[in-house]
Order: sequence, then C-alpha cells, then structure tokens
Amino acid sequence: MTATPPTQTEPVAYPQDRTCPYHPPTAYSSPHDGRPLARITLYDGRPAWLVTGHALARTLLTDPRLSTDRTRPDFPAPTERFAAVRNRRIALLGVDDPEHHTQRRMMVPSFTLRRAAELRPQIQRIVDERLDAMVAQGPPAELVSAFALPVPSMVICALLGVPYADHDFFEGQSRRLLRGPKASDTQDARDQLDAYFEELIDQKLKQERPGDGVLDELVHDRLRTGELDRVGVIALATILLVAGHETTANMISLGTFTLLQHPERLAELRERPELLPTAVEELMRMLSIADGLLRLATEDIEAGGETIRAGDGVVFATSVINRDEDVYPAPDTLDWHRSARHHVGFGFGIHQCLGQNLARAEMEIALRTLFTRLPALRLAAPADEIPFKPGDTIQGMLELPVTW
Amino acid sequence: MHIDIDKDVCIGAGQCALAAPAVFTQDDDGFSTLLPDREDGAGNPMIREAARACPVGAITVT
Repeated sequence: MTATPPTQTEPVAYPQDRTCPYHPPTAYSSPHDGRPLARITLYDGRPAWLVTGHALARTLLTDPRLSTDRTRPDFPAPTERFAAVRNRRIALLGVDDPEHHTQRRMMVPSFTLRRAAELRPQIQRIVDERLDAMVAQGPPAELVSAFALPVPSMVICALLGVPYADHDFFEGQSRRLLRGPKASDTQDARDQLDAYFEELIDQKLKQERPGDGVLDELVHDRLRTGELDRVGVIALATILLVAGHETTANMISLGTFTLLQHPERLAELRERPELLPTAVEELMRMLSIADGLLRLATEDIEAGGETIRAGDGVVFATSVINRDEDVYPAPDTLDWHRSARHHVGFGFGIHQCLGQNLARAEMEIALRTLFTRLPALRLAAPADEIPFKPGDTIQGMLELPVTW
Repeated sequence: MHIDIDKDVCIGAGQCALAAPAVFTQDDDGFSTLLPDREDGAGNPMIREAARACPVGAITVT
C-alpha cells in the first residue's frame, strides 16, 4: 500500500458556519495544520484555494496578480446570491488599480485619523442617545436593534449626508444584499439601493447650498464637474453606506458578546480603560468578522509550495490567518497585552478598509460607554442559544438579548 | 535612520500614524507624511512597526 503524500488532503467545503460566533469553523484549519494554503470546494463544486497563513496572506494580498474585480467571468463565488450580482460593479472593494487608486484617493480625506478624531464627540452623542433610549425602555433589551446597528448607521448617515430617517429602508436592503436569502433578494436590493441613491442625488443637485456630507461633495465636486458619472457616484455611495454600518454593527454586537463571555478580560478593561485601543485591535483579530476575502488569480503564482493557476479562485480565511501561531502565541486566547497590530481583520494591501479609523473610534466609544453606563450588563439568554450569522456573510450576532 | 514614503503608492490608510504618531501623520489629502523635524525618525522604536503596518509597503526604513 502506498502512503498518501502528507500534503494531499480532501478539499474542505467553503463556506462553513462557525460553531462558536468568535471562533473560526474548525474545518478551515484542522486538516492542513501548519500549511498556509489549503484546497477548498465552493458551493457550486468549483475548487479554489484557502489562504490560512499570516505571512502568505500579507504577501498575496499585496500581489497585483490577484484581482478583486468580480465582473471577471472566472471570479469565485461563495454563494449563489453572490454569483447573481457579480456583473454589477462595486466601487473600491470590487475594482483593481488603477481605477481603484483613483476612487480611493477621492475618498481618503474623509476617512483620515484626524477626521475620525473630529467625529468622536458626535459619535459619543449618538452612543449616549441610543443608550438613553435603551435604558428608558428596559431592561431587558435586544442589543443589535437597540444599539449595535443604530450607532454605526447614524454615524455613516451623518458622514455621508444620507437622511437617517431612511434607515429602516437601507438597513433592510443591506441585509438582503449581504444575506439574501434568495439570489433574487440580493438582485432586488441592488436595484432598490440604486433607485434610492438616484433620487437622493437628484435632491442634492437641486440644493442651492450643498450639505457637508461625503455624498454632497461627490455630487457637487465630482458629478457636476463630470469627473464621475451617476453610476460612479451611486457605486461609491452604496459601498460606503453598506460597509459603513453592517461591519461595525457586527463588531459591536459580537464584541459585546465576546466580552461578556470573558468576564476576567472585561474586568481588566474596566480597571485599566487605557487598554481599550489595544483591546479593540485584539477583538478585531479574534473575531475576524470579514472572514473570507475573495480574489481571482490572473496569472500563475507560486505560493506556499503550490502553484495557484491563472483563473483559480483564492479565499483569505481572515479568522484562521489571524490565529497563526507563528505570529500570535496562544491564538485562541483573548489577551489585551499582545500586539495584535498586524492582524488582517481590516484586510491588507490596497483594499484595506477605508473606514478603519472611523470604525476604531466607533468601537472604542460604543464598548466603553456601554460597559461604563451598564456595569451589570449580562446576557438575558443562555449563550449557546443566541443566534449568530451563518458563515456565508459578515460574521456577527443576529440578536443579542441583554439585561442589566 | 532614513525614512522614505512613496506617496504614489500610499493609500492613506493611516496605519503609520496610528503605529508611530510621534513620527508620522496624514497630510490634508490623507497621505502619509513625516512630522516636522522627524525626518530621521529621532530614534523612535515604533518606526519599523509603522513600516510593517503599512498595507501597501509604501514606507522604507534604511
């Protein structure tokens, strides 16, 4: 009998659901211990690569031979609903350089560290108001709808110049865009958001004095001048609005759940609030909510002892990458004293999260204020009965029943 | 120690200014720049961390 070469393992099905909301699915890492690259099979039976090593991820995420342009016919799809909207252009996240660079440069001044610092008082006001409202009605409360979602939703609305009064509409469409469940839901959500922004752009074009939101700037400084067309403005507005609230909302809900499940770490954070910025980085590492960044190889690439062929799909399992033992000893342990700085929770390479500095400010203010204001905050249901998101979308809690 | 920032590559992520705020900042366009009188890094131990944190490798330390 011939021994099977140790590098050959059965491809793992991708995506899979987490069994604990803050730990990666065990199948993503266990069959290929120690190797930075694994074979996976996507929902449609197509083979692809799963990147699990930290050093390899940093190398490949900066490799221009990996495209993020999902309109390319070979682009890997993790779900049927993703495939259904693949022909729709997505700004920033869905375009390669040089087009990406032009878009990014347009948006950067609105998302600097300084801008995030300037927004802190406004974020604090929003957080305080949401907690006032939640406390007035409880206990108990459902933290996702009462706090985790409205806070980033209000912040991104104020930054973009989108009326928060429309939040039921765009939160609902974002949910359908990211989670379907049917492919037709995702397609329809794109249509609805396009129509919404068409109307909002018309309104802004009629205003004699433009507002001070990012969308106002895009309309008055880029659309009127012909630098961008309407499709371009809508594509940017859509990604900023959707990425601006769904992601941070998940970090607030899952971050709260994780802290409540780690009472010693929470107590330490209460005693030493100056640890909060590093705690936020550690939570970004541990939770890795954007788990499964997608790329397409446009040329053959030698990586991790394998050859990724032109036309192959490549998926970055950020949750496993962020637990690479070579970089993070005892990676499953939440530790405020490690340097989690080089995690890829915000991605890496040219597409690293545009809103990361704003997100950090929101997470710090939301978590600090929540636990300061409600020192007896605790789960209002058994932890293992609280529903969280399936593995085919951004990770986070579906609901978070709490009391205090 | 010499710090070189490739502004054509910089994407304004702000990671350098976050890692080593005594040396790096973001200019009005959001791109990485050195604070006045910090062109040599003034021996700051976080400079190499800042270079490693840059997602596009725009910072070279020699």
